[in-house]
Amino acid sequence: MLEFFEAVARHSLLQYALISGLLVSVACGVVGTYVVVRRISYIAGGIAHSVLGGMGAARYFQIVHGWEWLHPIYGAVLAALLSAFIIGAVSMRSNEREDTIIGAIWATGMAIGVLFIAKTPGYNQDLMSYLFGNILMVSKSDLWLIGGLDLVVIAVSVLFHNQLLAVCFDEEFSRLRGLNVEFFYLLLLCLTALTVVLLVTVVGLIMVIALLTLPIAVASHFTKRLWHMMLLGSILSAVLTTSGLALSYGPDWPAGATTILLAASLYLMVKVASRAIKFRSALG
Amino acid sequence: MIVRTPPKKASSSAIAGSLQAEHDVAAPVSIHDMTVAYHRRPVLWDIDYAAPAGQLIGIVGPNGAGKSTLIKACLDLVPRASGSVRFFGNPYKKQRRQIGYVPQRESVDWDFPASALDVVTMGRYGRIPWCVPVRRKDRAKALHCLEQVGMADYATRQISKLSGGQQQRVFLARALVQEAQVYFMDEPFAGVDAATEQAIVILLRELKTQGKTCIVVHHDLQTVPEYFDHVVLLNMRIVASGPTAETFTSENLHRTYGGRLTLLDKAASAVARLGTD
Repeated sequence: MLEFFEAVARHSLLQYALISGLLVSVACGVVGTYVVVRRISYIAGGIAHSVLGGMGAARYFQIVHGWEWLHPIYGAVLAALLSAFIIGAVSMRSNEREDTIIGAIWATGMAIGVLFIAKTPGYNQDLMSYLFGNILMVSKSDLWLIGGLDLVVIAVSVLFHNQLLAVCFDEEFSRLRGLNVEFFYLLLLCLTALTVVLLVTVVGLIMVIALLTLPIAVASHFTKRLWHMMLLGSILSAVLTTSGLALSYGPDWPAGATTILLAASLYLMVKVASRAIKFRSALG
Repeated sequence: MIVRTPPKKASSSAIAGSLQAEHDVAAPVSIHDMTVAYHRRPVLWDIDYAAPAGQLIGIVGPNGAGKSTLIKACLDLVPRASGSVRFFGNPYKKQRRQIGYVPQRESVDWDFPASALDVVTMGRYGRIPWCVPVRRKDRAKALHCLEQVGMADYATRQISKLSGGQQQRVFLARALVQEAQVYFMDEPFAGVDAATEQAIVILLRELKTQGKTCIVVHHDLQTVPEYFDHVVLLNMRIVASGPTAETFTSENLHRTYGGRLTLLDKAASAVARLGTD
């Protein structure tokens, strides 16, 4: 561990990784809480996987057609927002089953991504980093992008906290109070989409759901109110991403996978401990 | 060749005028010719009703009679196949602040991380401007409403840690904090303890003395005469409506429940009690 902190002081790459992990944690704690209490983590899963289509396409146009400005993260943002809109519109307006459309978007997005990546010349290192994340590949310009997106997500979540809280707790009542429930549900899906993109840089799109939900699930054991859950969720995410990075550095493990395993272990420990406490108090 | 002239369209003000004529403008709730259908299967037919002001009104009928649907259709929560509803002569959207609603307790996830006070404060959201945090005066009002339902001591408790009756009282407080003129309540007495039932009855009577109108879906026939001044007997159509003493008769109950005798036996004793009062 000490070796890691010495390396952080020396290498800017590790500094960027550390900062991006901390930045992403705030959005993760805030939006993850909405996702968990509104029980839409499967939607977040669908959006996360569809992101591959956007990233793959952007990378293809960047390399094959020389569109240097088209960073894969732009493609990811576009694909995530598009998926959020489609899922939102279908769940609100169409008779189609929501889980069917989520499954379709999940797989279609991945298929598009795989096709573009196959047609992109060169070694497919990118595919692996999109799927499993590579926080060490975050550059200084990426950091600005992540910071900007993070700011947007947090600002919108804070500004519309009352409305999002009402829509998450009781949609019908919110409608009666004159809230535009469709708009705020779509806004929530868009915030989820942007947070998913942020988290993809850390843990990759396959493991996003775990980082979005596990710290919040742990926080829910210790908190009674929504904003407390957001605060503790953010702190836990920050601790998990940092310690995931630190732990993986020495033995050269993949940082994303290490972070997720840490999160899962923490969740398991808290769950077992709370069961044990309940059992003991039941025994008297 | 015959040239047909298109019929003149009625002006929108004329249409509004005729609709107004069909509604009792003074009534807190006036329903005209309302039909509601789910998947093309009608659940409510030709509902015409004008609620008297300042009264406690019970909506009674068998399971599947459309009692909850009647409330939801009035509040634009389910689409109406035909007909219109007016509150003091205006559509719901214009009278939103004057209408309070207490849904069935099962309609929300009680594991939600919120305190009783948080939930009650949500009743003020229509009055709090966008992007503004909850103001101190709104919290104070929410706390006052929790006091009214005897829940002030539980204000900071997480809602999942409350009993069913306490959760129901939180819902009532959330409606009260709206400071409405008309309250719709969907089975507020369902599955609550005796203390909560008494608290709700006291609250209903207090609302009545304040001149407010309460329309309550109710399933316990025995307590109808005791709790309500007016009653609406519903079974897809309005079978009978009016003052409880005149309307809550065994004949009307038979027409509403259509031979469900176990329920009617219970009702018969309630009707008999009403006669002796």
